[in-house]
Amino acid sequence: MRFAFVLGEIASGMRRNLVMVVSVVLVTFISLTFVGAAGLLQLQIDQMKGYWYDRVQVAVFLCVENSTSESCASGPVTDEQRAAIEAKLNSPELSAYVDTVQYESQDQALVHFREQLANSPIVEAVTAEQLPESFRVGLVDPEKYEVISEAFSSQPGVDIVSDQREYLEEIFGYINIASLVALGIAVVMSVGAILLIATTIRLSAFSRRRETGIMRLVGASKAIIQLPFVLEGVIAAILGAAIASGTLWAVLRYGGQWLSREYPQMGFISTQELLLVVPALFLLGALLAGASSLLTLRRYLKV
Amino acid sequence: MLPSPTPARALAVLRGHRIAMIRFEHVTKVYDQKSKPALDGVSLDVDRGEFVFLVGASGSGKSTFIRLVLKEDRATRGAVYVAGQNVANIPSWRVPKLRRGIGVVFQDFRLLPNKSVFANVAFAMQVIGKSRAVIRETVPEVLKTVGLEGKNNRMPHELSGGEQQRVAIARAIVNKPGILLADEPTGNLDPTTSMGIMKVLDRINQNGTTVVMATHDDDIVNTMRKRVVELRDGCVVRDDAQGIYIGTTTAAAG
Repeated sequence: MRFAFVLGEIASGMRRNLVMVVSVVLVTFISLTFVGAAGLLQLQIDQMKGYWYDRVQVAVFLCVENSTSESCASGPVTDEQRAAIEAKLNSPELSAYVDTVQYESQDQALVHFREQLANSPIVEAVTAEQLPESFRVGLVDPEKYEVISEAFSSQPGVDIVSDQREYLEEIFGYINIASLVALGIAVVMSVGAILLIATTIRLSAFSRRRETGIMRLVGASKAIIQLPFVLEGVIAAILGAAIASGTLWAVLRYGGQWLSREYPQMGFISTQELLLVVPALFLLGALLAGASSLLTLRRYLKV
Repeated sequence: MLPSPTPARALAVLRGHRIAMIRFEHVTKVYDQKSKPALDGVSLDVDRGEFVFLVGASGSGKSTFIRLVLKEDRATRGAVYVAGQNVANIPSWRVPKLRRGIGVVFQDFRLLPNKSVFANVAFAMQVIGKSRAVIRETVPEVLKTVGLEGKNNRMPHELSGGEQQRVAIARAIVNKPGILLADEPTGNLDPTTSMGIMKVLDRINQNGTTVVMATHDDDIVNTMRKRVVELRDGCVVRDDAQGIYIGTTTAAAG
């Protein structure tokens, strides 16, 4: 009976306050979409780290004719220098850090270069002599790049030591910024949502002051008086969360599909990741609405 | 020898009768430090089953009395007992229970305009969790008590003022409270209609409900010949067992 009564009260309250309820749904939808986007971008970073950190290598580029670094003062790398570098890479001191060592000759470098820049006119102008030969070093722990860099940057015959991870970090930096922007928008929108929910509940409490006045007089409990209002806000917020989840799903499903087609090696997150984000969105929406309506009721609904 | 108030009450409890339903002990209520107190050291007992008129000009403290009984406000000084319990000691979560034992009727009826007569009365039962079956059984009974048989499905705006007040009374008593507080229930009604309402209140009182009615309708007070407590500037100036309304005193005070 009480349950049916509360449901009836919620329904009548939402009907009376339809415009406000719709605006609460929309605002929570937008804010939770941004919250979800921020979360998904972080998951994307994690995913890429997991995928790429196993594959990134440290490249030890060797001197060529026109290298400008100090260690290349003596001209292109000699056979002895190359042998010394290789020996050092395979030495027991570095074996704790080095997982794999692969030599890439100038000809192989040209092949890779042409593959990577297949559509660029520059390819025609580049010859194998201009590209450095290199050792591709896979690390046991990709974070320990410094060790290799220190050991080889002043080694004769080594031009530069470059860490591919740096390029990734750059990408992660951009994704992080995007995720922070999304989070910032989410925070602002959430504040908007909280204020709007508070206003809605206030209006709702005002438009039903007759009912609540009578409820108090006949001795209805505080819970029965307040519950319909709180649930009204929570239901609106949960609707918003549902729409936000649907939107994120659509973006991942179709946007993700397109991205994976365009960049097959990138390893994008799939709709699977939504399983983590969606419950959080619902919970957050319900909490926001519940807390802001309770606080409002404490001020505007005497019990 | 007159015993002091508290042993007297204990004695009354022991004898099993004359239990004060409402008891004010030196109650003072100050809303605003600068103005005069709304109630000033009021001591008053209303026994179980009594019918009491609370008379006095506007601002004499009648409404404050009702608010204090309902624990809508706290007494600044003194103690208010309802059914033997000091309301100051009732924690806020128990206040609904206190109010379930008290029905209230107002001058402006306070019906829900979008609900039928039946739904208005049923509302009071729904919100305290009564089952549908009990409601279906009780509401028509109570509507019969107040003389509204067959008007279950009317909307408030289709009713006369007197009928609306009967609905309000039905709502106030549907949960069988021990006390019925009426704050100028006939204030918006013509004399004939008012007498009809008084008959309803009297019948409710005959069934054992303690009734306290604030009014300044002299005709009604004079016709009913019940106990009359007159307030003036927050003080009890008269308490007659079968009193009449003394208009001149009130006019002079007003």
